[in-house]
Amino acid sequence: MVASAKRASTMLAGQSLTHEQLGALVHAVAVNRDRAAFAALFQHFAPRLKGFGIRRGVDAAAAEELAQETMLTVWRKAETFDPAKATVSTWVFTIVRNKRIDLFRREGYPEVELSEVAEAADDGESPEQSVSLSQHGQVVRQVMKDLPPEQMKIIQMAFFEDKSHSVIASELKLPLGTVKSRIRLALSRMRAALPEDARV
Amino acid sequence: MTHHHPPADVLFDYAAGTLSEGEALAVAAHASLCSRCAREIAMLEAAGGSLVDVAEPMAISHGALDAVLARLDEPIVIAPRQPELDAETRRVVPKPLHAYVGRSLKELPWRTVGRMYEEVRLPLPAKGPKVSLMRLKPGTLVPRHGHRGQEWTVVLAGGYHDGGVSFTRGDFDAKDASHRHQPRVDDDGECLCLVVLDAPLKLTGTIGLFVNPFLRI
Ligand SMILES: [Zn+2]
Repeated sequence: MVASAKRASTMLAGQSLTHEQLGALVHAVAVNRDRAAFAALFQHFAPRLKGFGIRRGVDAAAAEELAQETMLTVWRKAETFDPAKATVSTWVFTIVRNKRIDLFRREGYPEVELSEVAEAADDGESPEQSVSLSQHGQVVRQVMKDLPPEQMKIIQMAFFEDKSHSVIASELKLPLGTVKSRIRLALSRMRAALPEDARV
Repeated sequence: MTHHHPPADVLFDYAAGTLSEGEALAVAAHASLCSRCAREIAMLEAAGGSLVDVAEPMAISHGALDAVLARLDEPIVIAPRQPELDAETRRVVPKPLHAYVGRSLKELPWRTVGRMYEEVRLPLPAKGPKVSLMRLKPGTLVPRHGHRGQEWTVVLAGGYHDGGVSFTRGDFDAKDASHRHQPRVDDDGECLCLVVLDAPLKLTGTIGLFVNPFLRI
């Protein structure tokens, strides 16, 4: 793990990192407080997070603040990252989502702790059955890549631009029902692609 | 086993980050007791993660990395403090609610409303929906009422029937302006719910007219 983190952290900036490399970098930050690994994560994510902020309708300076604050949280919370539950990108997405709400709405955003669910959910699924969700990110990513553009567009607007279904409908001049059914179609593709036993 | 889940739109909006804090709290509380919805949220968040992967990178100013590196050793301002809760409270109240509840259930400042139920308002931003814990005695019949906005209920303990439908621990009951209803608490125990209310209730029966001033929901 550490050796691969070293390898990953010495990679040139701008080069795209794999999920495994990103995971190794977060591990190196969590375990060794490795600043070089953090710098590599920063170079990978900060420009994307800034892009995310801009799409969300904040100005460049605020988008950069969002990117910086998100990366600071990545450093502070690295030890809470669990590669069995999510990919690094998914984990960073939840951090930037919550950070944006914190900075621009001054609200918190309660999260579900997956590790608690299997135990608390009295629905006949024993913790033994709980299989890792780590493939989720990769499978979902592939499905997203293959989505028809009209479905992808709507999902991006909702996730990136903070737009409700009815705002999306009026901007795209579509009936609300069409927006909802496109989202439904996209999600059922994702569900169909996930393994049956990818339970929480 | 939970039978009633948030509408698909609501899970989607939760993952995208467009719900208010109070609404997100209701969804997180339900998903903590429902592996189906927890799994759905994990999938939706993975979709968000893949959007981060493909987001168009924007040039970051020079010195941004150094600025962040210089802050890495800053002491963390406030570590979110987990309140001390008794075993009963930890068993009944899902984790995302702990910080909002703040105290064990039996130590909370319950306020009796209209001789009908007890309520504790949870500390959430005033601009958002009103969020409370409500506790009702077995067999309580809540006066018939409608809604001006949405009312979301997550059952934490006990249960109730409403229009022939049963709601028990974990169930998510979403009512909007088109619903008028008259829930009745099951006889086999107290019912504890998280209630997220967007707009004041509108009572419809004659009892309602009488209780209204006390309800203050
Ligand atoms: Zn559910």
